[in-house]
Amino acid sequence: MTPGESLEHLANREYKWGFVTDIETDSVPAGLSEDVIRLISSKKQEPEWLLEWRLKAYRRWLEMPEPEWSSVRFPPIDYQAIVYYSAPKQKKKLESLDEVDPKLLETYEKLGIPLGEQKRLAGVAVDAVFDSVSVATTFREELSKKGILFCSFSEAVREHPELVREYLGSVVPYSDNKHAALNSAVFTDGSFVYVPKGVRCPMELSTYFRINAANTGQFERTLIIADEGSYVSYLEGCTAPQRDENQLHAAVVELVALERAEIKYSTVQNWYPGDAEGRGGIYNFVTKRGKCAGRASKISWTQVETGSAITWKYPSCILLGDDSIGEFYSVALTANRQQADTGTKMIHIGKNTRSTIVSKGISTGHGQNAYRGQVRVQKGADGARNYSQCDSLLIGDRCGAHTFPYLEVRNPTATVEHEATTSKIGEDQLFYCQQRGISAEDAVSMIVNGFCKQVLKELPMEFAVEAQKLLGVSLEGSVG
Amino acid sequence: MSLLEIEDLHARAGGSEILKGLSLGVRPGEVHAVMGPNGSGKSTLANVLAGRPSVEVTSGKVLFGGRNLVEMAPEERAREGIFLAFQYPVEIPGVTNLYFLKAALNAIRKHRGEAELDAMDFLKLAREKMKLVEMDEKMMGRAVNEGFSGGEKKRNEVLQMAILEPRLAVLDETDSGLDIDALKIVSKGVNSLRSPERSMIVITHYQRLLDYIVPDFVHVLAGGRIVRSGGKELASELEEQGYAWIEKGAAPR
Ligand SMILES: Nc1ncnc2c1ncn2[C@@H]1O[C@H](COP(=O)(O)OP(=O)(O)OP(=O)(O)O)[C@@H](O)[C@H]1O
Ligand SMILES: [Mg+2]
Repeated sequence: MTPGESLEHLANREYKWGFVTDIETDSVPAGLSEDVIRLISSKKQEPEWLLEWRLKAYRRWLEMPEPEWSSVRFPPIDYQAIVYYSAPKQKKKLESLDEVDPKLLETYEKLGIPLGEQKRLAGVAVDAVFDSVSVATTFREELSKKGILFCSFSEAVREHPELVREYLGSVVPYSDNKHAALNSAVFTDGSFVYVPKGVRCPMELSTYFRINAANTGQFERTLIIADEGSYVSYLEGCTAPQRDENQLHAAVVELVALERAEIKYSTVQNWYPGDAEGRGGIYNFVTKRGKCAGRASKISWTQVETGSAITWKYPSCILLGDDSIGEFYSVALTANRQQADTGTKMIHIGKNTRSTIVSKGISTGHGQNAYRGQVRVQKGADGARNYSQCDSLLIGDRCGAHTFPYLEVRNPTATVEHEATTSKIGEDQLFYCQQRGISAEDAVSMIVNGFCKQVLKELPMEFAVEAQKLLGVSLEGSVG
Repeated sequence: MSLLEIEDLHARAGGSEILKGLSLGVRPGEVHAVMGPNGSGKSTLANVLAGRPSVEVTSGKVLFGGRNLVEMAPEERAREGIFLAFQYPVEIPGVTNLYFLKAALNAIRKHRGEAELDAMDFLKLAREKMKLVEMDEKMMGRAVNEGFSGGEKKRNEVLQMAILEPRLAVLDETDSGLDIDALKIVSKGVNSLRSPERSMIVITHYQRLLDYIVPDFVHVLAGGRIVRSGGKELASELEEQGYAWIEKGAAPR
């Protein structure tokens, strides 16, 4: 094999999280209708206002076109073939973690997320979501001592309906886009966080999403509210079994930061990406948005996207409060036949608002990677500043990188800077490493990690290590 | 017994033949200087030894320690003890010098069946070697060659050589771009690595370097072949007369 080919060649990457848990489930039949939505709502014993909201979203969804402006390509989705609710059967209401089905505990342990009292991760509270429902949440008592609410979304609807009602849909309205409308109609669970005034959350909060059942969509909803002067760091991880069919994941995340509050939201996305020929894999269609509602508030998104057949997501910030700050740090890796169209929107409304965008796209094999970002400065946003940097790294000749920055500046005092680079892992770099005794494979992984460093350093420690490993694994076989 | 034995080497790059029947033998402990006009094939020779993929050996023999070098992958050659100080060192953004060198050394140690060094032990070793080339410790925390000045890059190459302790070091114009003081420091570093087991091929345009690193042999490479060999005095001859004699087809007297 010539060196040119060796760089170009991409062998199968192995997906290590592709197993299936054999567990009895309670599911509704495939298909979507008002009846299915009523059934989901009644299974969850929801209040009338929430059912009404779901139905409004559903009716809106029926009318909405699929978003076609992005560069991802896939056959039409058969929404009637999808199961919208699937939950592991549970005999009675759980009193403690010890009563969680051992099969579920085992599943999470295999994924590296032990939930049991003795083994659980130090310093990280975990909400474990399995298909449509949350199966366990750790460290709840410790958190509640500080007044922090961290629970499944369903529980929040039951226990804190006033908060949910006030903020649900306040950042991402159900009419935002077709995927968000679908989620609003059928969402089944997810995580809810409320951090009270002036409280600094003492540990990382985390949700681990696992799709298990076949033909099931996952539609979770996350709502995080940071009250005045509070701080919270939240992490999200996800995996799914290896299957030949595509599965739909359409999530909505809403963040609200009040005055001087700060939310740091990190994602390591590792849904099943499909095989080398592009069979199977998750369609990851996600709407994530944060509102810096109060003065001097801050929302920071960090994402490492290595999985999914298709990724379509644009974690965004609405910078409403004066002096508020929005940040977006992203690494997106596409290998084999994966497609990613990802980026952010920074909407500057308040005075002296600042935003930073750092996007690193890596493509290999036949992977296609697009950065799509919008920076909008409204009339009243005096002194707004944005800095954007989009770098693309290509490994081989058959992959692609595309950058679509949209700038809309309506205030003459604003400063907007955009830098973009595209580079190939040069044979020069590779040879230099090899000449020092480092194998080609280790060299690629090293060069890629170096390329992503600016983003990886934004991740909390435990996650940074995980993400680095993941990038390494995802690149296995990218040189032959 | 030669450590390196090159016989009638022909090599192509970018579609044309660059090396056209080159022969050279290097015994353990010897320092050979290779001089010659721009474009004569000096770096190409270095690249053949290191195994750069863009250079293709079409015929001839290259043996290293009796093994056929041509069949070995670049990293294997490195692990077997071939080190190339690059004429143009490459930048690797985001990867610290420290991390890079530790990975390199441990890959080589593993190959030799030695235990890998942990971060602390490596740092100790690196500090010691940095003194040798009078390099600021801050350089270790910086990305490999990124934003390094020309001279700093060359010094960094010598540092790497000191840490990796090769059996055959090929220095490709390590002196170019160095100021007088740096030249002395780098030469001192190189000289301290001279030993009866370690051989060097020093590619240079200037006799000045050879005043500091005194070679056992000097070769003139022109048109893809070695056209003249001699002792260190050959270098001063070249310094005086240049290479015009090659075109005229006569050797200087
Ligand atoms: N990959 C390549 N593609 C095309 N031409 C090449 C390639 N590598 C080397 N050459 C050519 O081969 C010839 C010898 O190059 P080489 O770099 O070996 O010269 P050199 O003796 O090191 O020169 P200098 O003293 O300028 O460093 C040059 O004409 C060069 O352009
Ligand atoms: Mg050269």
